[in-house]
Amino acid sequence: MSIEQVDKIIDKYVNEKGVLIQLLLDIQRQLNWIPKEAIMRIHERLKIPVSEIYRVASFYTALSLKPRGRHLVRVCAGTACYVRGGPRILDSVELALKIKPGETTSDKNFSLETVNCLGCCALGPVVEIDGQYHGKLSPSTIGKLLVKYTEPEAKK
Amino acid sequence: MMRLNSPSELEELRKKIVAKLDPQKPAVTLCISTGCEALGAMDVLKAFKEEFKKQGLEGKVDIKETGCLGFCEKGPRVVIYPEDIAYFKVQASDVPEIVSKTLLNKEIVERLLYTDPNTGEKAQRLSDVPFYKYQYRLLMNNNAKVDPKKIEDYIALGGYKALSKALFQLTPDKIMDEVKKSQLRGRGGGGFPTFQKWESTRKAPETPKYVIINCDEGDPGAFMNRALMEGNPHSILEGLIIAAYAVGSHEGFIYVRQEYPLAVENMQMALDQATAYGLLGDNILGSGFDFKVKIHKGAGAFVSGESSALMTAIEGRVGEPRTKYVHTSEKGLWDKPSILNNVETYANIPLIINNGAEWFTKIGTTGSKGTKIFALAGKVNNTGLVEVAMGMTLRDMIFKIGGGIRNGKKFKAVQAGGPSGGMIPEQYLDTPVDFDELKKLGAIMGSGGLIVMDEDTCMVDVARYFVNFLSDESCGKCVPCREGLRQAKKILTDIVSGKGKEGDIEKLRRIADASNAAALCALGQTAANPMLTTLRYFADEYDAHIKEKRCPALSCKPLINFYIDPDKCNACTLCARNCPVSAIDGAVGKIHIIDQSKCTKCGTCFDNCRFNAVTKISGKPVPPPLPEEQRVKKPVKKAA
Repeated sequence: MSIEQVDKIIDKYVNEKGVLIQLLLDIQRQLNWIPKEAIMRIHERLKIPVSEIYRVASFYTALSLKPRGRHLVRVCAGTACYVRGGPRILDSVELALKIKPGETTSDKNFSLETVNCLGCCALGPVVEIDGQYHGKLSPSTIGKLLVKYTEPEAKK
Repeated sequence: MMRLNSPSELEELRKKIVAKLDPQKPAVTLCISTGCEALGAMDVLKAFKEEFKKQGLEGKVDIKETGCLGFCEKGPRVVIYPEDIAYFKVQASDVPEIVSKTLLNKEIVERLLYTDPNTGEKAQRLSDVPFYKYQYRLLMNNNAKVDPKKIEDYIALGGYKALSKALFQLTPDKIMDEVKKSQLRGRGGGGFPTFQKWESTRKAPETPKYVIINCDEGDPGAFMNRALMEGNPHSILEGLIIAAYAVGSHEGFIYVRQEYPLAVENMQMALDQATAYGLLGDNILGSGFDFKVKIHKGAGAFVSGESSALMTAIEGRVGEPRTKYVHTSEKGLWDKPSILNNVETYANIPLIINNGAEWFTKIGTTGSKGTKIFALAGKVNNTGLVEVAMGMTLRDMIFKIGGGIRNGKKFKAVQAGGPSGGMIPEQYLDTPVDFDELKKLGAIMGSGGLIVMDEDTCMVDVARYFVNFLSDESCGKCVPCREGLRQAKKILTDIVSGKGKEGDIEKLRRIADASNAAALCALGQTAANPMLTTLRYFADEYDAHIKEKRCPALSCKPLINFYIDPDKCNACTLCARNCPVSAIDGAVGKIHIIDQSKCTKCGTCFDNCRFNAVTKISGKPVPPPLPEEQRVKKPVKKAA
């Protein structure tokens, strides 16, 4: 991360009201997390108290205060997926990656999260990997899917 | 794009667009919204484009990317015009055949047609498919005809006519009058009369006033707002501008959850195009009315769908609700009068303005007018979005449109209204669905999520699931919700883990009462609904968990064990090979045994066994493993 990168994002929001969440979402998208330096920079430039920025950053699930892995695996925990075996998919992912939701693998390749609903309920159980939706999964298909992202030159 | 400065210029443009359309020109429409895309729609699109090139059809056949038609289960979906031939589950490899047979030779590719699983009948047209036959598609209908990224498509179908009418033929008073007469009720959850909300904002003395679209759609199991935003964003925007004009607002916000990137993209494009045509921004259509709109992306918090919380989120702060002695319609965003309505509510407005309130009130029931889009999901055959006139029974929705329960299982309950809703058992399936009838059953309409559960779903576990969900999503501001839900979650988790005690149910009821009476916002007030409805209709399941340590649905992991019936085991090793933790001992010709100490109860063996030898046991001990000498088995049967 460089301060210039953060500054560039902040530039878009100077002199506007109610921008904090949008600003943090932008930083999250570019840097994949919200580093402390970014929070301090927002504070310096927009005069928003550090406590307030931290509070927002820790409240919303889309914002991460820890670096995320190269691939973000989001397992849908919505009701429709739940009744169609979503928990078993989550179990399989946990078993395969050896991490729990909210954690990142030690090689920084995967981060695992659960998400309340991806709005693809007709295809449940659903997993989203790097923005790509995968539906109608079973414990064995999710395993094969993850392997694609573990190969050395894994493509998105 | 030229700016339109009067209603007649809009009409001129419409005529020009329509004149260019040739209804006889062959066209392929393809849904590329999130659901179909996940099933490979983009590859299908690419294949069509390549195949047109190869077979010399470039420019001779139109290809239109459209939004969601609701039948996500059978996606990717392709419809071919003018013949109106609907193909389902189309893959890129099917495309050459579609092009050479259907487009070039007017032949039908039978295998891609919808086949009724009950009768074996094929349906050629979309409207012949049972899933669509019983629907009343007012809001979803244009999703099939519109490329959401092209405003011209919307204008061709009469888009922005209602806005033009509202600005030039009606006064704000008259618009309010129509909305009042239409008896439209909010589609986001509570069913609050839209007119009342608008009227109090309109009468509030303070300015500026804000109008806001709620597309937070946090309810797990609901995705109709996503489909509308992705598929027909202009219809929602038109409703919003009319609302703004009616109440005297000049600034609007669209709150979309960031989990819906395509909805954000399409809506932003809609805003840009509408602005370029002068349908948004300063001096709309030359009327002198100014209105601008901004999109605000939600950052993932269920409670942000609540009106006061959503408004604080737009202000850039933590989205927490506040007490509402004063309604947000009077003191909302930045303490100014603000209207917040759901996507679907706004989408109804242009229809009401165009066709009149009288037409609208002919659809639906006494207390609930119009149509409602439901998200039919869970253990039902045809999952997807279903738009019906209010008052259709749950049974018709689940069995006629939904095609019944998957895999021939037995229906147990339908969960209506998301986490604040309730479980409705079989004896109430003939209830006509509207705002008031669902409330009587302890559920709510909510945003319209209908999740069907079968005999394999444990009702106690579902109650735990919702309480767990709401406890996670509780913002923590008020005690009854924060602490009450945490306790309820603990008790329910104990029950499904076999640690339930006498008196637990009474405690749950007390927590439910307190939360209902004293929580700050609807999240806490209604949090007990899933718990209370399951206690009301499925008390026996609670009893079995607490007293017998048995899960009747054979679903709660701590209360079940997997066991291989030695009489049925064919010793084929399929389960053993697929077991992720190598807990199954056996070989070809040697009856398999599950090592209970290693088993993680993932159920893979249960799914894989072709001889129904793997069983689930609950409430009684697992039989001891077979002695070695009795484990010999010749694989006589062939796998089915």
